[in-house]
Amino acid sequence: MIVTKPRDWNRIKANLAEIDAKSVFIMGCGECATVAHTGGQAEIMVAKARLEAEGYSVTGSAVGAVTCHSGGVNLDMRKHRAEVDAADAVLVLSCGAGVQTVADAVKKPTYPGLESAFLGNVVRHGVFEERCQMCGDCVLDKTAGICPVTTCPKGLLNGPCGGMWNGMCEVLTDRECAHVKIRRRLAEQGRGMKGVIAPKDYSVKRGPGSVNTRDAALGRKPASTATDKPFTTEKDA
Amino acid sequence: MGKFRDALVRGEFVITGEVAPPHGTDYSAMLESVRKLSPFCHALNVTDNQGATLHLSSLAASRVVLENGNGCEPIFQQTCRDRNRLALQSDLLAAWTLGLENVLVVTGDDPRGGDHPKAKGVFDMDSTQLLQVTKGMNEGVDMNGTPLDGATDFFMGGALFPEAEPWDIQLERGLQKVEAGAEFFQTQAVTDVDKFARAVEAFEPTGAKLIAGILLFKSPRVIKFINERLAGLMVPDWITDRVTGAEKPLDEAIAIAIEQAIQLKDIAHGIHIMPLGSDDAVARIIEGAELG
Ligand code: SF4
Ligand code: SF4
Repeated sequence: MIVTKPRDWNRIKANLAEIDAKSVFIMGCGECATVAHTGGQAEIMVAKARLEAEGYSVTGSAVGAVTCHSGGVNLDMRKHRAEVDAADAVLVLSCGAGVQTVADAVKKPTYPGLESAFLGNVVRHGVFEERCQMCGDCVLDKTAGICPVTTCPKGLLNGPCGGMWNGMCEVLTDRECAHVKIRRRLAEQGRGMKGVIAPKDYSVKRGPGSVNTRDAALGRKPASTATDKPFTTEKDA
Repeated sequence: MGKFRDALVRGEFVITGEVAPPHGTDYSAMLESVRKLSPFCHALNVTDNQGATLHLSSLAASRVVLENGNGCEPIFQQTCRDRNRLALQSDLLAAWTLGLENVLVVTGDDPRGGDHPKAKGVFDMDSTQLLQVTKGMNEGVDMNGTPLDGATDFFMGGALFPEAEPWDIQLERGLQKVEAGAEFFQTQAVTDVDKFARAVEAFEPTGAKLIAGILLFKSPRVIKFINERLAGLMVPDWITDRVTGAEKPLDEAIAIAIEQAIQLKDIAHGIHIMPLGSDDAVARIIEGAELG
């Protein structure tokens, strides 16, 4: 899931002040932002109270089922048309993808209410950890299922770096070095590090990514974007 | 072929030192260090934004050392932290063109520990990968295998931490660097000569040369700084006790360095002295250990 954090309240206030907004419609997200406790029904109520305490009127609110989903958001916005129309601005408590979906669907200044932090593993309720940065050129096959791109603070593919001390990381000193973990697990599995892992192919991750399975299924050539084949490398082709 | 490389390959015991480029354009203090250290050293490392803090580039500063070292050569340092693969290769070509023949390839400290904590750490490549690329350039190709108009012929080194545990992982990593092209290693400060000897023995079959790091533990304040701030280094109690208990801590630190140099003389292929600004101590260490 996408892990979000509350955005600095002063930045939100400054955004609203810029357009001299007096009234706000609030949109949350029923998926990630609800799980992260940043943009569900409860957090919308907190934001509402906060805005009202600052003298804004809140014209209404909604929690999209999945706020990064255009179809669903369009439907929600139609349902709340009057409330949205009555507002000077829309505040979205979701990841940046959701903010953009809402901005597409309403003709109002739309502002992010959260910061999109990372793609997170839900370790247990309320505990999220970044384990993958969606680099597009996965090395987990070579690293025993532990991602060095993400879990080594320097993102080194080959390690450990010179700062590893007693198996611990030099940057985040309370954590085990990712490369110590990798080599241990490889050894446990009777495998070893074979040679040097080559520099990553960052070209596959060059944005904006785009996947169009519909046109492909219909045998149509998809409309061109910056990456026609975002998840295919030349090696694979 | 450079003098530093010749000496090391011939089996001579080499001495290397370290100078820091300025935080600005006035490199007179660095030149003063070069003047003091060069008579005693085969080569001087020229650090590259050390500790992730801003300094004049190692490229320009290495050239200054080359011109002012009276035959004592610079070891151009390249860290992976600040540059992507284009910039790294470009700087290596520049270095060779400027007459720099020795390069030490390191990954680099994380920017969050330096003076620009908001910087994006690049780490497009790690040190092993960059060694491999440098080796390719010595063979006349860039990292894509495309021929260069003029190859390099660098003497390539890497960093090694012989006291880090688990040792088998460190060793594996070091061997990986040799496979990638490292011909010599400069190590972090050696505080346990036995562990260093273990490393020398392990690398013996590869032919890679090990230059032992000697750090001047010059005051209780410096020891505290090393323990708290320097990645991957803990000063053992026996050193801390001797330096803190001494009437003249610097003299005691120099005495310790001399003892270490004497012990390492028969084990290492050379020593790398890090005087932490007390450049005058280098001459005393070398004379004391009868290495001059
Ligand atoms: S290597 Fe890339 S795709 Fe694979 S887990 Fe790491 S960041 Fe994600
Ligand atoms: S100690 Fe290990 S995890 Fe930490 S930065 Fe170095 S290689 Fe990465």
